[in-house]
Amino acid sequence: MKTMLTVISNALCRITGKNVGAQTVPEGARVAVTRNFADFTPQVTFDIKKCDLHRLEAGPPVKAELTREQGLQYYRTMQMVRRVELKADQLYKQKIIRGFCHLYDGQEACAAGIEAAISPSDHLITAYRAHGYTYTRGVSIRQILAELTGRKGGVAKGKGGSMHMYAPHFYGGNGIVGAQVPLGAGIALACQYRGNNQVCVTLYGDGAANQGQLFETFNMAALWKLPCVFICENNKYGMGTAVERAAASTDYYKRGDFIPGLRVDGMDVLSVREATRFAADHCRAGKGPIVMELQTYRYHGHSMSDPGVSYRTREEIQEVRSKSDPISLLRERMLSNNMASAEEFKEMDVEIRKEVDDAAQFATSDPEPPLEDLCNHVFSNNPPLDVRGTHPWSKLKSVS
Amino acid sequence: SWTPSRKHQRTSGPVEVTVRDALNQAMDEELERDERVFLMGEEVAQYDGAYKVSRGLWKKYGDKRIIDTPISEMGFAGIAVGAAMAGLRPICEFMTFNFSMQAIDQVINSAAKTYYMSAGLQPVPIVFRGPNGASAGVAAQHSQCFAAWYAHCPGLKVVSPWNSEDAKGLLKSAIRDDNPVVFLENELMYGVPFEMSEDSQSKDFTIPIGKAKIERQGNHVTLVSHSRFVGHCLDAAAVLAKEGIECEVINLRTIRPMDVESIETSVMKTNHLVTVEGGWPQFGVGAEICARVMEGSAFNFLDAPVTRVTGVDIPMPYAKILEDHSLPQVKDIIFSVKKTLNV
Repeated sequence: MKTMLTVISNALCRITGKNVGAQTVPEGARVAVTRNFADFTPQVTFDIKKCDLHRLEAGPPVKAELTREQGLQYYRTMQMVRRVELKADQLYKQKIIRGFCHLYDGQEACAAGIEAAISPSDHLITAYRAHGYTYTRGVSIRQILAELTGRKGGVAKGKGGSMHMYAPHFYGGNGIVGAQVPLGAGIALACQYRGNNQVCVTLYGDGAANQGQLFETFNMAALWKLPCVFICENNKYGMGTAVERAAASTDYYKRGDFIPGLRVDGMDVLSVREATRFAADHCRAGKGPIVMELQTYRYHGHSMSDPGVSYRTREEIQEVRSKSDPISLLRERMLSNNMASAEEFKEMDVEIRKEVDDAAQFATSDPEPPLEDLCNHVFSNNPPLDVRGTHPWSKLKSVS
Repeated sequence: SWTPSRKHQRTSGPVEVTVRDALNQAMDEELERDERVFLMGEEVAQYDGAYKVSRGLWKKYGDKRIIDTPISEMGFAGIAVGAAMAGLRPICEFMTFNFSMQAIDQVINSAAKTYYMSAGLQPVPIVFRGPNGASAGVAAQHSQCFAAWYAHCPGLKVVSPWNSEDAKGLLKSAIRDDNPVVFLENELMYGVPFEMSEDSQSKDFTIPIGKAKIERQGNHVTLVSHSRFVGHCLDAAAVLAKEGIECEVINLRTIRPMDVESIETSVMKTNHLVTVEGGWPQFGVGAEICARVMEGSAFNFLDAPVTRVTGVDIPMPYAKILEDHSLPQVKDIIFSVKKTLNV
C-alpha cells in the first residue's frame, strides 16, 4: 500500500512539476531544487506544429503553454530517462545486464509528453522498449535498474527482466510484438465497464503496426467505443527493417481506417502533451478510440545485440541528434525565452547523473533473488502448491 | 567463426563447423539444388538473419528466394503454407518459436492436417524453422520449448538437432521431405563448433528423419535427450565413467516420429532409463517416452522406474541464479542416474 502511494505520488510530482522527493519517497532521492528567481519568465506560450489529421474536423491546439516549473520537470524526466538508458547500455556491455535490452534514448519526449497529459488514474501499456514508461508511471530508477540487473530489489523481484516491469495502472512491458494492443483495449473496456472516466493509452511501434491483432482490436474498439488512445511510436525501423519495406502504407495514423487519427511530432514534448490531451479528451467524451502516430527516433539499435548501423547511416543518427534531440529542443526553448539559466540545467544534469550512479550502485550490489523465490507467483490467491523441480526427487514449494 | 571455403575442403578430412554455419550450408545447398525452395521470415534477407543463420543468402539468391516479411506471423505463415500447397517448397522462419504461437493455427490446421483431410490430394511440403527453448536471460515469454506441443499433432514431423552434422543433415532432409516439418533449433548452440566428417560435407549428405543416434555406448543406464541437453548428457556420462558407471547416450534427433525402437533396444541392454529435456515435465517428451516404454517390449527389462529430468514447472525467471536453477544442470543428470541405479 505504501509502495503504491509512493508510486502514485512520484507520478503526480512529475506531472505537476512539484518537487519530487516529498516525504513519501523512501530511498532518499535528491530533491530537485527549483529556484524561483524573479527575473525568469514564469510562463511562455509556444507555437507547435499543426498535426496531420485523419477523419477529424479539428485537431489539438497549435499553441502550448509552458510554465517554468513544468519545463524544468519535463526536462528532468527526459534527462533521467536518457541517463538511465545510457547507464543500462554501460551495464549491458559489462555483462551485468543480460538477455534482452531495448533502449529508449531519443524517444523521451513521447513518454514525458504522454504522462504530462494524463493522470495517474489513467492506464498505460506498451511493448518491450519500456524503461522510460516504467519510470514515468512511477517506478523508481533504483527498482528499474535492479530489475535489469536481476536482483531482488527489482520491481519484479528480478523475475521479469527488462521487458516485464509493472506498476499500478502500468501493464508493462510486453515481449510479444503487438500482443499489448488487444490488452490495452481490454483495459479500456474495463474503464468503460466501470464508468470511471479513465482512458487507456496503448502504445505500439511501426513494426507492430503490421500485426493482424491490431486490426481486430481497432474493429472492436470502434464498434464498442472503447476509451482507448492507440499510440504508434514510429521510430522508422522495425528492428532492421525500414518502414517502407514493411508497410504498404506508412501513414500509421490512418491505419485505424474508420478510427480518427493524428500524426504528431514526437520529438517535441509539448506537441506530444497537447496531442495526448486532445486524444484523451476525445475518448473521455465517449467518442470512441483514436489513433495517434508519434514520429520519433531511437539512437540505439533495436536492442543491445544490434549495432543499429547496418540498415541506417551514422550520418542519419547524428543528424537527428544535432537537429531534433528532444531534450536539447526543450532546453533551447527555455533558455532562449529566459525561463531558466544554463547553470540550472547543468546543476540538474549533475544531480541526475548522481542519482543514476547511486541507483546503479544499488542495482549492482543488491543480492540476487533467493532460491526460495524460484517457484513462487505461479498462481494468485491460491493455497501453496508443490512444484516439480528438475527431477522427481526435487519437490519445490510455490506460494502466491 | 571462420570456416574454410568450399575449394579448400575437397581433399581435407573432418573440419570444424558451427551449428549456425551448418544450417546456412544446408539452406544454401538446397536453394541451389531446387529452385522451388525459398526462405521467408523476419530479418532473414537484408539483416542476414536475426541470429545470422541466413547470412549471405540474400546477397547470393536475391529478393525472389529470400524474403523479408513484416512482423505478421499469422499472415506470413499462412502465405508460406499457401505457397507450399501451390507446389513451392518454402522454409518459413520464426524468429523464435515463441512467436510461432501467433501462427500456430496455420501450422496445425492448414499445414499438418491437410494431406489427411484431402485424402492424399494436397501435400504441404513446408519447413517451419527457428530457435526453440531457453536462451540466456530472455525471460518467460521468450524461453518456452515447443517440442511437446508440436509433437502432439499427427501430420507434423518434428525435428530437434543437437550438433552441426545433425543440423545440416536433418535440415536438408526436412527441406526435401514432402510433409510439414517443424525444425527446432537452439540459439545457444548456434555458435558452437563441432567436427563434421568428410561425408557430411557432401552436398548430398542427409540424415534420415525419424532415426535416433547413439552418441555414446554404455551398459549401465540409457540417457535419452534432444537438442542442447545431449551435450549435458555426454558431460554427465564423462563424470559418471570415472566412477565406473557407463551411460549409453541417445540423441533423439527427431521427436516425431520418435525412434522408440532405438530406446527399447538400449533399455533391454541397460535396464535403466533416464530422459533429459529442457521443456516442462507435464505432457512432455520424457512423459511420452515413459508411456511408450511401458507399452512396449522393454518394460519388462526395467529394473527401476524411468526417471525424467526436465525444466522446472514454472515460467522462466530472468535473474541468472533463478534461471540456472530452472533448467537441468549436469549435476541433476548425475544425481538422477545414481538414484535410478540406486547407488
